[in-house]
This record gives sequence, structure tokens and C-alpha cells, in this order.
Amino acid sequence: MSTHDEMHPDHGDEHGDIEEVHATLKGYLTGFVLAAGLTIIPFWLVMGGVFTKSGPADAFILLLAAVQIVVHAIYFLHMNTKSEGGWNLLALIFTLVLVVITLSGSVWIMFHLNDNMMPMTLQQARNLP
Amino acid sequence: MPTMSTPSELSTLIFGRLTLDQLPLHVPIVLGTFAAVAIGGIALLGAITYYRLWGYLWREWFTSIDHKKIGIMYIVLGLVMMLRGFADALMMRAQQAISFGHSLGYLPPEHYNQIFTAHGVIMIFFVAMPLITGIMNFVMPLQIGARDVAFPFLNNFSFWMTVSGAVLVMLSLFVGEFARTGWLAYPPLSDIVASPDAGVDYYIWALQIAGVGTLLSGINLLTTIIKMRAPGMTLMRMPIFTWTALCTNVLIVAAFPVLTAALALLALDRYVGTNFFTTILGGNAMMYVNLIWIWGHPEVYILILPCFGIYSEVTSTFCRKRLFGYASMVYATVVITVLSYLVWLHHFFTMGSGASVNSFFGITTMIISIPTGAKIFNWLFTMYRGRIKFEVPMLWTIGFMVTFVIGGMTGVLLAVPPADFSLHNSLFLIAHFHNVIIGGVVFGLFAGINYWFPKAFGFRLDPFWGKCSFWLWLVGFWVAFTPLYQLGLMGVTRRLSHFENPSLQVWFVIAAFGAFLILLGIVSMLIQFWVSFRRREALRDVTGDPWDGRTLEWSTSSPPPPYNFAFTPLIHGQEAWWEMKRHGYRRPVTGFVPLHMPKNTGAGIILAGLSLVFGFAMIWYMWPLAAISFVALLATAIGHTFNYQRDYNLPADEVARVEAARTALLDSHG
Amino acid sequence: MADTTLPLSSGGTTEPLQFHVAEEPHPPNGTLLGFWLYLMSDCLVFACLFAAYGVLGREYAGGPTGAQVLELPTVALNTTLLLLSSITYGFAVLEMQRNHQRPMMLWLTVTGLLGAGFVALELTEFAHLIEAGNGPQRSAFLSSFFTLVGTHGLHVTCGILWLIVLMVQVSHKGLIPANKRRLMCLSMFWHFLDVIWVGVFSFVYLMGVLP
Repeated sequence: MSTHDEMHPDHGDEHGDIEEVHATLKGYLTGFVLAAGLTIIPFWLVMGGVFTKSGPADAFILLLAAVQIVVHAIYFLHMNTKSEGGWNLLALIFTLVLVVITLSGSVWIMFHLNDNMMPMTLQQARNLP
Repeated sequence: MPTMSTPSELSTLIFGRLTLDQLPLHVPIVLGTFAAVAIGGIALLGAITYYRLWGYLWREWFTSIDHKKIGIMYIVLGLVMMLRGFADALMMRAQQAISFGHSLGYLPPEHYNQIFTAHGVIMIFFVAMPLITGIMNFVMPLQIGARDVAFPFLNNFSFWMTVSGAVLVMLSLFVGEFARTGWLAYPPLSDIVASPDAGVDYYIWALQIAGVGTLLSGINLLTTIIKMRAPGMTLMRMPIFTWTALCTNVLIVAAFPVLTAALALLALDRYVGTNFFTTILGGNAMMYVNLIWIWGHPEVYILILPCFGIYSEVTSTFCRKRLFGYASMVYATVVITVLSYLVWLHHFFTMGSGASVNSFFGITTMIISIPTGAKIFNWLFTMYRGRIKFEVPMLWTIGFMVTFVIGGMTGVLLAVPPADFSLHNSLFLIAHFHNVIIGGVVFGLFAGINYWFPKAFGFRLDPFWGKCSFWLWLVGFWVAFTPLYQLGLMGVTRRLSHFENPSLQVWFVIAAFGAFLILLGIVSMLIQFWVSFRRREALRDVTGDPWDGRTLEWSTSSPPPPYNFAFTPLIHGQEAWWEMKRHGYRRPVTGFVPLHMPKNTGAGIILAGLSLVFGFAMIWYMWPLAAISFVALLATAIGHTFNYQRDYNLPADEVARVEAARTALLDSHG
Repeated sequence: MADTTLPLSSGGTTEPLQFHVAEEPHPPNGTLLGFWLYLMSDCLVFACLFAAYGVLGREYAGGPTGAQVLELPTVALNTTLLLLSSITYGFAVLEMQRNHQRPMMLWLTVTGLLGAGFVALELTEFAHLIEAGNGPQRSAFLSSFFTLVGTHGLHVTCGILWLIVLMVQVSHKGLIPANKRRLMCLSMFWHFLDVIWVGVFSFVYLMGVLP
């Protein structure tokens, strides 16, 4: 083979990168069971009315979601430090950092903005000194 | 715009809200422009037809998947759009120079507003971006010893999507109008209540279509750098331009989705009636400002980083020294890449997020000037005790260092939130970002064009006209923008088409004169291209290495053969070509092997053309046409995936023939 | 860095350095990495939509709140469908690795049907909301809700369309390397959508109905 692959994304040989990913039944089933569990728990907690206050509940739900995302990444997306020479994982980590920056930054900025800039309600206006 | 005549239902169905009233038949300036463009266009098309160039252009350029040709086409697009964007700038300068007191100038406000919007949009999206992408496309695969990019078809498609976006912006000049909102189209001004006409829709669809191209090109170049470096080229052996290209493409892939999302939400507000950025029902226009700058600040670094790479290559070559502090240059670039995501709020300190938020973003902004400063020192130390050759690319580089440092320092001033409260939205800000974008990006692009032109075409650019262009630009820049700093400190805000205070006029007249000098600089550059073409035999470079370069692109012929390198290079050090020269490398003349090359395809231009039709139909509410073009777009894209034969074998004989021709040429020139 | 300098061959005693490779090297294919990078960019589109929901998700403008309009049983069913489709696509990949085309196509069909069920259920949910006057125009909360959930649904729809096209291509060309690579790309896409859905049901639905 020559520059075949380099030129042509849809035309490779049998020893291409597809073989790099070795999906196994065990891996998929483990992932499925974990994901199912991590889905059922928060649904049960919310639908069963276990939570009474939203603060800790929010945190717990987000924690379970984060764990489940890791499960998906490992067992379904076959993330590891080896695939594509680590670039896949590096890209994922960089993206996650940016997602966190975008989300938390936006919420932080807009919360402070609303706090500072929201117009007064009629009630507040009446109570002015 | 409300139409004067009531169109029939059928014509509304077919043409949407597009009526004859939308043609600017009553605006003499636009009509004159249209006449000029039409005459020029017909002359150009006529010439192409007369010289029977259509087949050649289609086969060799439009359908080409050769990264070098695509790169050149990007640069041509960028330069052509620069003429349009600069015409807008001249009109603004002229208006502001005369519009005082009783004189209202020659531009009505609604026209003036379109011009400053178009100027910003065109200069960033359709001048700087295509030029950056073009240079990366042309140079980077050569620097890493690759035969093409990772996805050659995608490259062609990306280019034509960018063209489609540019065509939409140009169309808005003659059909309907462009946005009057400023280059980032902040709501609520850009929402359907305040801007019911097609201008903002032109803006949205032009940027979305071009954005697809930019994003795909980013993914493509990033994959190319990661996957296709020649054997032996470890990351820390990559030329610094390739490093900056890597970081820029990371930024493109990570930032442009945010622009896409923000514009999509704005589009939903306008088309569907959602309430993201409206002033009613819980919408929050500030959220748009927040989102757009999460893209907008990295965008600044997308533009400047490759230029830093260009300056590094130029400095090292023309000082005949290894680049000082290669590793620190790499780390500085990477640090800037990450930090560029942590500073976006400095564009809206005055929005009212309060002290804690403002101090955080003020500090991160000041921090980002540290790696940038480190780079400046690296270039200075490279020049120190170097044997500097003041060729045109080096002149642009030195001009950059002086200009950019001053621009950077005014930026640090603006990074202080309390100072920003008085300078925000003033002409001081305008002067600052032109100082870094012209002094940093534009100068870098011109350095790059002068530096790599001989590689692309086989002859150097004429140095005399190049120097004229440089000095006119440099002096013109300072004459045009120093007054704006002064005016900004006096409290004059941006985007005004009329002034009452006559004492300000002198500054605007000086600025207009500066713009005129820049115009002469641009004309000099056009003359430079023309003169160089006429004198191409005298300026011919047969060696492929006119500047005694250090990186791999200078090891192949000028212009390089379609396959770039007859043999894939093997890399032993950071300055691959320099090492090869030091070791007395001799070009191999036998033993050629067949090479796999990608095949040309017309799919890219067809898909982009359909996207253009779709965008135009959406802008004018031509729903049936939009549906038809969308289905056609989808069908063509799916049809293209059924094409499995996308490459061909370039026989060894053909490689041998091309290489033998070069051997003969080299021999004939001693 | 250590490898930035090249030791000159001293005195010409060492053998001359080779500066090119005689045989064409075989650089690894970039499709899977390129597609992964695309997914990362898509992830950031969703990040913005999540951010919009995070900022605007409590702006009810006098309209219904999350607790009033979000139906958790439907969402639970939807989540089940999507999770099942993930594992069935996994089974298809396993068959693909063994070059068993027929069972692979079967699993792909099941995956597509589960995906279609998901989209259908989501559309029903949307239709109910709109009928009750709670369309995306009602409030910023509903705007961001419809856009986030709808964008995910649109992705699933694209995934189904892609799945169909790919099945046609596999039946024409068989499990050639190009098709296998495409199947792996779609696999990443499909599982990626599941990851996004985890965010959606946690952040929008579960947290949305909490008091």
C-alpha cells in the first residue's frame, strides 16, 4: 500500500485503524448495566419524590450524570489513552474543559448581571426608603 | 420592508418578500456601484470566455482538491473581498470627515449603518479568515512533508462554502439591504421587531454558510497536522508556523460551534418567534452578547496566531538564524490558545455583571499579554546579532513589532475595568483593535504573501512596489488611527455618521488622509502583482529556495508538483531543510514509485451552490425554493457518499517525467 | 526540547543521514479522528444550548413551569429506547468485527427502529405542548427547552437517515474497509447522542421538575 489512506478517507486497507478499536460483548454489557443503573437511580429519586430540597438533589443528579457520561465514554465510545495516539482523549478533555467554562461562565456572568441589573418589581419600588 | 405594491399570492409564494422595490433603483451610490460591478463582471466573464478559460478553470481550479490550488483560491478570495471591505472603510472615513454641523455628509444614516456593518463582517469573515485559511492550506502540508490534506474533497467543499457566504454578502449590496446592526448584530437591535427587513437575515445566512466551511476546514487541517507529518517529525520538530496552525485550528474547531449556536438562536428568534434574546417573555439580549463573545475572543487569536507563525518563519529566515526560544514559542502559543477562552467578558465589562466578574476577566486579560510579550522578545533575540536582510517580508515583520506592541499596550489599558468604563464603545477601542488587527494580522498576511509567493508561482514579487506598499501602509495606518485614539480619549463614540462639534473635524480629516495613504498602499500592492507578473522572467526562481529557507517547503520546486515531494522526506531535526542543506543533500533523480493522489471532483462547488440558493431562499422567505434546494442539497450530499473511487494512481513514469524536467531546469541554470 | 538539535556527523565518519524514505510510508487514516473532532465541535454547540437553558430555563414569563409541563414517565420511556438503541448498535459493531453482515444489518435495523420510536415519542410530547399553547414562543424557558431537546432530536433523525444510507451502501458494497470505517463513525455519533441525552434528561427533565 502507498499513500492510499492518506489521500483517501474512504479507502483503506484491512489493517486500518478500525482494528484498533476492539469492542467486546463484555464491555458493551458492562457499560449497559452501569448506564441503566445510573439512569434508574436518579429517575427513581425524582419520580418517587425522595428529594424534598432542590439544592442537594441537583448536585446529586449532576454527579450521577457525570459518572454516566464517563461510563459511556469508556464502554461505548471506547475512550482510552491509546486510541489515536491519545489525541482522542486529549480532544475530549479539552472539549470538556471548554464545556465547563462555557456553562459555568455563562451562568455566573448572567446570574450576576440579573442580580445587578434586573428592574425593580412594583413591590420593591414601593418599599424604597 | 413594507412593500409599496401588493404582490399577488402566487408571487409571494415563489418570491417570498422579494419584490422589485427591494432593488436599490433609487439610491444613486449603490446604483453606480452596481453599474461598475456589472461592467467589470461582464468584462471579466467575457475575457474568460474569449480566451476559452472556462474549461481550464473548471478542471484545474474549481474542482481541484490540491491543497495548494485551494490555498491560492482562498487568498484570491480574501484579496478581492479586501477591496470591497476597504471601499467601505474609505466611504466611512469620507463621511466622517465632512459630516459636521449643517453638512450631513453624502451618506444617509441607514446606508452608513450598513456600510460599517459590512466593513466589519467582510474584513473579519471574508478577508482575514480566507487569507489565514489560504496560507495555512498552502504552506502547512508542505511544511510537514505531506502530499495533501487529510480530507481533500472536504477542503474544496470548505472553500466553496466560504465563497457562498461571501457571495451572499455581496448580493445584499444589490438585492435588498445588509444588516444595520454592527458586525456582531446584537439584539434587540437585530431582532425581528427592530430589524424586520432582510439585512440581518443576509448576515445570519452568510455567516452560517461560511461557518460550515470554516469549521470543516479546521477539522481537516487539524487532522492533517496530527496524522500526516512526515516520518521523524515529532511535535517539537514541527516548524513554528505549523504549530501556530495547529493551535489556530484547535481554536476554530472549538470556537466556531459557539458562533453557529448563537446565530442559530438569533435566527430562531427571527423566524420562529422564540424568546431567547427578545425583550419580552423572559428573553435576555445579554445572553447573546455573552455567547457571541465566547466565540469572538478566540476568533481574535484564530487570526493572530498563524501570523505569529509567519513572523517567526520570516524572522528566522531573514536573520539567517535559528529561531530564538523555539520551545518557549510553542508553549506561549499553547498557553494563549487555552487562555483565549477565559477572557471573553472584557468585551462587555460595562454590561453590569459587577465587580467580582469584571475583576476576574480583567486579570485573565492582563495575564494573556505575558505569553504574547514572550513572543516579541523571542523575535527580538532572533534578530539580535543576526545578519538581517531587509527584504519585503522582513520589513512587514519589523513594522508589525513596533505597531503591535503599541496596540497591545492600549489593549492592556482597556483590560482595566474602570478604564474600560470610560473607553468602552469609543473610538479609542476602534483604534486599539485596528492597531492589533492591521498591525498584527494584516501585516502578517502581507509578509506571508510576499514570503511564499515565489513558492506558489515560481517567481518573486517585485521588491520596489512591495516596499512602496509597506511604507504607505505603515505611515497610512498611523496617520489614520492615531487621531482615533485622541478622539476616543475625548469621548467620541463609534459608529456615528454625524457630529455637531466642529473642533473634532480636524482629527477626522487627518484620519481620512491616513485612509487615503492606505489606499495608495493597496494600489501599490496591486501594481506589485502586475509588475511582478510582467517581469516574471527576471524575478524567476528556479531553485525552489529563493530566500535560503530553513523549512521543508523550500526543498521542493517552485511551484511544487501536484504530489509535493517525489519521496516522502525523513526528518531529523527542527529545521528540516536547513539540516538537509548542511548535509549536502542531493535531490534523488531515480527510483521513483507510483503515488496515490486524490481525484478532482465537482461535488464541492455544486453543494456550495445549492447552499447559496438555500440561504437566499431563506432570507427572502421563498419557502418552496428553500425546500427544493434543501432536498437537492441533501440528495447531492448523500449521492456523493456513494462515490467510492476518489483517488487514482500517479504512475512512477509520470513522477519521473516531472522530476526529470526539474533536473533539466536546474542544470540549465547551473 | 531535547530533540530540537541535530548532532552533525563528526568528521564524516558516520554514515550519511537519509533524508527521504524510498518506499512510500503508510500514514494512518484520519477519518475516525476527524469525525471525533467534529463530534467535539458538536458537543460545544450543545454546550451553548445547555448554557442558554441554564440561564433562561427559569424564565417562565407567567407561563408554565417545568414541573407543570414535563412528563417524566414519557422521558423515562424515551431514555430506555435510546439506551437500548445504544447497546443494539454495540451488538451491530460486534457482528461487524466478525464480518457477519446479515446479523449486523438486523441489529442496525433494530437500532434504527428504536431511534425512530424515540423521535416519534419526542414529537408527540412536543405536539402536546404546542396544542396546549405551550409552544416555543410562550416563554424563554420553553424556547430554550424546545431548542435543546429539539436539536438533540434533529441529530437523532440525521443519525437514522445516515443509518439507512449506510445500510444501502453495505448491501451494495459489503463490509469493505470504507464501509466499516463509516459504521464506526456512525457508532461514535450514535453513542455521542446518548451522552448528550444523559445531560438532557438530568439537566432539563429531572432538575426541571424538582421543586
